[in-house]
Amino acid sequence: MKTITPTTLLRTRGLDVAVDGRTLVRGLDLTIEGGDTLAILGRNGSGKTTLLHTLAGLRPPSNGVIELCGKPYATHGPRAAARLRGLLAQAQTDAFPASVLETALIGRHPHLGRWAWEGLADEHIARDALTAVGLEGLENREVHTLSGGERQRLGIATLLTQLPLLYLLDEPLAHLDLAHQIAMLELARRYAAECQAGFVIVLHDMNLALRYCRRALLLFGDGRWQEGPSAEVLTAKSLSELYGHPLRELCDGDSRYFIAV
Amino acid sequence: MPNRRRALLILLLLALAALVSVAASLAVGSVPLGPAELLQALTGQDKGIAFEVVRSLRLPRALAGFACGGLLALAGALMQVLLKNPLADPYVLGVSGGASVGALFAMLFGLPLFVLHLGAFAGALISMLLVFGLAHGDGSWTQTRLLLTGVIVAAGAGALVALMLSVAPEQQLRGMLFWLMGDLSQAGSPWPALTVLALGLAAVLPFARDLGLLARGELPAQALGVPVARLRLMIYVLASLFTAVAVNSAGSIGFIGLIVPHMVRLVMRASAGNDQRLLLPASVLAGGTLLVVADTLARSLIAPQQLPVGVLTALIGVPAFLYLLSRQPR
Repeated sequence: MKTITPTTLLRTRGLDVAVDGRTLVRGLDLTIEGGDTLAILGRNGSGKTTLLHTLAGLRPPSNGVIELCGKPYATHGPRAAARLRGLLAQAQTDAFPASVLETALIGRHPHLGRWAWEGLADEHIARDALTAVGLEGLENREVHTLSGGERQRLGIATLLTQLPLLYLLDEPLAHLDLAHQIAMLELARRYAAECQAGFVIVLHDMNLALRYCRRALLLFGDGRWQEGPSAEVLTAKSLSELYGHPLRELCDGDSRYFIAV
Repeated sequence: MPNRRRALLILLLLALAALVSVAASLAVGSVPLGPAELLQALTGQDKGIAFEVVRSLRLPRALAGFACGGLLALAGALMQVLLKNPLADPYVLGVSGGASVGALFAMLFGLPLFVLHLGAFAGALISMLLVFGLAHGDGSWTQTRLLLTGVIVAAGAGALVALMLSVAPEQQLRGMLFWLMGDLSQAGSPWPALTVLALGLAAVLPFARDLGLLARGELPAQALGVPVARLRLMIYVLASLFTAVAVNSAGSIGFIGLIVPHMVRLVMRASAGNDQRLLLPASVLAGGTLLVVADTLARSLIAPQQLPVGVLTALIGVPAFLYLLSRQPR
């Protein structure tokens, strides 16, 4: 594997995120380099999803600058931006029937010309992505016959088929069983290390965040935020304040764990 | 992929069915024609009564029927994508309601045919602008808001139609009822509708993959680089225009816009999935064919009496749809 020098995938300066006039995040300065994994933690309604959509360029910030690979979203245009960053939305919706393979293949959309059809190479990428999330053998299943966890993994496979550099994941562990939660985060860590991809992951499990994400961003919901290496940012004190519920830290050798009191 | 080849084969078969249905509609009627006579009449070798009947009566009507059926099916398929609702049809946003009000108003006062067409088209456009303006009021333009506004405007138009029917004099009533149920005998020249159909399909097909993504949800489509807001506006305007043109030449024909896209989806399911690149042209062919067949039956079943074609499309479409649905594995 050839070594790639880390590149700046995403950069925000003085970013304000507001919903209905309420500022949820104020003055956010964030830089995501290739190989980074960043966990976003916060209470319900603290602006995690809104921030993620803003970082994805799907919603204008109320203030500040966002640059994807050195250029603002407007300069990229929607198609070029979709080749660089991908978003896993919180809920996967299917109004019309479709098969698993077709659903994974939609990730190729930004890579295909207006008149082009998905070719064998695209299908190959989609099948690899389905294998990576453990859905191999289900290619021809109808999407609506999948379980909640399988549907969630299909969403991740679609994102892997899109092959972006920056992955924005909104609660990717929702509906996943324990083994698949770990597998999902291992996958993110591997992609970050091997492909120099960047990952921004909204998580509710601080122990997994501590174990798998190099950095953490805490959103307090009133505009305040705290960002830094997970080992420094995630403490019993900061998390107790973040969730408004007391937490205790337990140690097992070198590993630290948080439990709710 | 072999699946795609099968889908293209289905498309080819549908095109063949369309040709056969048009040929059959040219042959059937009060002056039945054999294949040889039909060919002679079409090529103009024989300028007798067959030539007259085919060239000035049956051919325009068959082509108008095909164009209207195709337009309605295309508009239905687009509306289902726009509203992400399988129950959406071209009439759900009140376009046909507005057209009916305009047309019946012209009929009520016994105004000439071109005023009727003008009234229908104006009514369709007014209701379209009304729905869009009201639904767009707060700038959010969600599909629930659009759907609700459309349904309410359609209901208002329905009330106006009922009002006009109840005060209409006896001799106008039958024509008005026929128009409401769909009637191709007043269709006029088929070329405007055919042109709109061809141009419309050509305008929509380049965006077919974007449409397929939009049908899956706005957020994922946007994240994959689909210009969602612009695309939705385009679908809305085009689907409304297609409907207005179809209703304008054939009255409000029910079921085609709702049922045909679903039938095509059920038939093509195994090979093309929900691929709009195949669904949209297939819907046009199937919708056109269905309307041509229904109209041929409508004017020949109990000839010389004519039946409203909208009744026939439903009588053919409903059992065919239920059969396909029941065949579908769970």
